[in-house]
Amino acid sequence: MKAFRVETGLVAPLGQANVDTDQIIPKQFLKSIKRTGFGDYLFDAWRFLDEGDIGVTPDERRLNADFVLNQPRYQGAAVLLARDNFGCGSSREHAVWALMEYGFVAVIAPSFADIFHGNCFKNGLLPIILDEATVDGLFAQVQAQEGFTLTIDLERQRIVLPDGGEIAFELVPMHRRKLLEGLDDIGLTLAEAERIRAFEAAHLARHPWLAQDLAAGA
Amino acid sequence: MATLYDKIWADHLVGERGDGQSLIYIDRHLLHEVTSPQAFAGLRLAGRDLWRRQANLATPDHNVPTDNRGAGVAGIEDPVAREQVETLDANCRRHGVLQFDIHDARQGIVHVIGPEQGATLPGMTIVCGDSHTSTHGAFAALAQGIGTSEVEHVLATQCLAQAKARNMAVRTRGALPPGVYAKDLALALIGRIGTAGASGHTIEYMGEAVRGLSMEGRMTLCNLSIEAGARAGLVAVDDTTLAYVHGRPFAPKGTLWNAAESHWRSLRSDPDAAFEQTMEIDAAALVPQVTWGTSPEMVTGVDGCTPDPAKAADALKADGWQRALSYMGLAAEQPITDIRLDRVFIGSCTNARLEDLRIAAGLVAGRRLAPNIKQALVVPGSGLVKQAAEAEGLADVFSKAGFEWRAPGCSMCLGMNPDRLPPGEHCASTSNRNFEGRQGYGGRTHLVSPAMAAAAAVTGHFTDVRVLL
Ligand code: SF4
Repeated sequence: MKAFRVETGLVAPLGQANVDTDQIIPKQFLKSIKRTGFGDYLFDAWRFLDEGDIGVTPDERRLNADFVLNQPRYQGAAVLLARDNFGCGSSREHAVWALMEYGFVAVIAPSFADIFHGNCFKNGLLPIILDEATVDGLFAQVQAQEGFTLTIDLERQRIVLPDGGEIAFELVPMHRRKLLEGLDDIGLTLAEAERIRAFEAAHLARHPWLAQDLAAGA
Repeated sequence: MATLYDKIWADHLVGERGDGQSLIYIDRHLLHEVTSPQAFAGLRLAGRDLWRRQANLATPDHNVPTDNRGAGVAGIEDPVAREQVETLDANCRRHGVLQFDIHDARQGIVHVIGPEQGATLPGMTIVCGDSHTSTHGAFAALAQGIGTSEVEHVLATQCLAQAKARNMAVRTRGALPPGVYAKDLALALIGRIGTAGASGHTIEYMGEAVRGLSMEGRMTLCNLSIEAGARAGLVAVDDTTLAYVHGRPFAPKGTLWNAAESHWRSLRSDPDAAFEQTMEIDAAALVPQVTWGTSPEMVTGVDGCTPDPAKAADALKADGWQRALSYMGLAAEQPITDIRLDRVFIGSCTNARLEDLRIAAGLVAGRRLAPNIKQALVVPGSGLVKQAAEAEGLADVFSKAGFEWRAPGCSMCLGMNPDRLPPGEHCASTSNRNFEGRQGYGGRTHLVSPAMAAAAAVTGHFTDVRVLL
């Protein structure tokens, strides 16, 4: 996983609440067994006027000129400004993969759905939670000012505005460290293998009915 | 002083990782073809093996067709989907994971087969790369949906690293009236608190209406916890739980059962346990629910109307309602019973168990599909549900009435397989998500109980099922 320290990027506003992962990456793209190839289909049903499928490239499609990400002023956006409960619904991690492959490094919203929020940190996408009023303010600025960019300084947990003003944000220390160092979660846990093994032995002794081997058949 | 969630958490806590996150031991890991291939590939890349092969159970469900099943994997027309199912086959073979493959009579939707096999047991921690893993909470198991990276993490470590959620109690008062089911209770709750209402919480469902539900009903209720934003849903163990589990293929037997039972009986919140949030619902006053919009919180009673965006509390909400109404092709303040339907789908991990099919068949018996219904699918949740329903004559009831009786799978719940809702068409569906395009590109989904879906199928529009009972 690539480390995240300081990123500066154009901001794109997505105004509706409860954006679900079915919208972020529709089901037909989940057939892939790869981790890549989803960026072209981000927000597929909103970005395009026709129905897409794996293997059909964006230049063969009819673009929905009204959709925010298709507007010329938001081309190359790297920060997505969103509303409440972003990423609700399906647990599909493909949603995070699609956002990142499209070019987003961070999503700012008043709240995120739990599974999506967790999935972000496994991949290096930074979900930033800010209070409603601050998000409202950012929406107003993005709309008022073409080329509105933000600098996200993860080390200092600050968003730096174009005028030099700063907005602080909270992050669980571990989440911050994982993104900063690009840490492999599995490696971290396996460092505790001894402890897990000891727990497992005691747990299965305490609850012997859990020691069954499914693969051995019923 | 502990809640049920606190107790299961403590029983599985390996330790703190020193970073605000805890390591939780996972007893059962369920797998399906869509969210596991990248996890297995990641393991291979890192040269890692499975921590506890025998804790895993897999089945293909999202991509499998619901007809032409004799052809097996070769019957999957879409080559990309076929490769995904073949990849699950190969991964399970390579790692020695038990799989009910496409030919197995026990194959089905992963959340239906776990309980059916007794692979889901009270007090367990259960994960699956699927948000509706919350279903298994009906057994007082801490069951959570996870992403693909976490699937890989659990395969490699048998643990999940996470922070503990908060406790939320949903207390029901009174019993559900006739014609009103677990589905209606869940939808009414989501309508009340919103799709983010239980974010960061584990919900425990309590009270007379919950105690009165069968395990099937409790599974429906817990299944929809995720649509309220909850991390998981739980129902405490009682005689109903134990009676369901007893005798299942993977359930403990003999002295092991006795030991398990005495532990399981302790799986309830202490009377004075503290919940960070409490929600009360008057179950006795509920009416059958129907969603009108593109989020499960956009729901009302069958006796209600679509809302008027002009009357929304704020501009953001008004905009959301307006968008939903226009996607759904509905007007403001349109009576729910006026909505004309094109298709009916009875299936999904929410409502495709035997009890659901019995309830729907009970309404369908002696009636026929309304002429405007182009297709009505009944898709049992598993091969064993299908067999049982056929043995009871339910399949005949549906077929005689004009329904299509299919083979098990996710089917039109999400339309990754050939069962799709065409653009612009309205579907009465017993599934769990009415998101834009969920059942098919441009499709318009209305979430209802199996009884309401059956009533809609025979009348052609939403009908209060209580008048047909
Ligand atoms: S039935 Fe629907 S919700 Fe359930 S696992 Fe399948 S696709 Fe997901």
